[in-house]
Amino acid sequence: MDTVANRGPVARPSYGPASSGHEAANLGDILERVLDRGIVIAGDIRVNLLDIELLTIKLRLVIASVDTARELGIDWWKHDPFLTGRDRELVDENRRLRRRLAAIEDRTAIDE
Amino acid sequence: MSDTGTYLYAVARDEVAACPPGVADADVRTIVRGGLVAYVSSVPMERFGEEPLRRSLEDMDWLAGTARAHHRVVDAVAAATATAPVRLVTVYDGDEQVSDLLERRAGDFAEVLAQVTGRREWGVKAFVDPASEERPDERSGRDGCEQAGKPGKPGTAYLQRRRANLRGREQNRRQALARAEHIHAALATVAVASRRHRPQDPRLSGRADWMLLNGAYLVDEGRVAEFAGLAEELGGGGIEVTVTGPWAPYSFTVMETR
Repeated sequence: MDTVANRGPVARPSYGPASSGHEAANLGDILERVLDRGIVIAGDIRVNLLDIELLTIKLRLVIASVDTARELGIDWWKHDPFLTGRDRELVDENRRLRRRLAAIEDRTAIDE
Repeated sequence: MSDTGTYLYAVARDEVAACPPGVADADVRTIVRGGLVAYVSSVPMERFGEEPLRRSLEDMDWLAGTARAHHRVVDAVAAATATAPVRLVTVYDGDEQVSDLLERRAGDFAEVLAQVTGRREWGVKAFVDPASEERPDERSGRDGCEQAGKPGKPGTAYLQRRRANLRGREQNRRQALARAEHIHAALATVAVASRRHRPQDPRLSGRADWMLLNGAYLVDEGRVAEFAGLAEELGGGGIEVTVTGPWAPYSFTVMETR
């Protein structure tokens, strides 16, 4: 096939040891980039992540911040004990504080 | 349908001397057409077909390995020539389809590649340590106590202290966000283009710290030292700034092909 070429490589200076810092590249940084950025090709391709919509959504959630996901009303992580525990704590603390603040405001008003 | 597909990693302007193996340890080849070079490898459809992928994408180990292999190829190409990375798991029926793509979208690819020529992407994140964020809170809490402590009403003092504490925390949060805005704006002046991405989930970043900024910056090769120096200066005062890169220009080669 004429489109598959094996012509010689183009000699271009690379930017030094290209992979030196990269082997250690954080998996999160890599996933975020390869799943969420770069060129998206739709149409005549046989397979891409776009075809697998639900999975794509789920994978996106992995890389989305928890807050973003929560805004979207998606809570698949709610079985995560760490997050659930912390969330519940925060919600409870917030509720407790509001109640106490309301009470002290009432009392301050009476005192004055 | 054949039992192998053509997996596309990236489209670049030149061929590179050496390329690491791709996904599933396959050798990476090039398809050249109209001054563009596509980096591809053959993949078995029994593993990269839609149905098998549906299952394997659930497997984080498989996903991690595949993402790393994809990235390794993109990275090697981008280190040597202007490169447009393609989204993970983009599989064509065969090489002819990839060749057609290069011809059909030659203008778009040329435009994208021109934008990233002589430039690399740098990632900058800013973190605030929740513990250091608490410190000013506690201070203002104590002050509040001295001002508001009425004898005989320890509960009142406590609650007012708590209220001051909450106000302090909210103020710290706003200050931290303003710092992130400032860091991003300052870095953007040295970059050719910049993007702010969603802060990463702590499970992805691997840090419990609050990520204030997850930015990507396209920087001219000649200004990298300046950029890195600036990023370093912008940290401090409870905010940690980290720089990653150079990356292939993942954030600056957005092109929706039809």
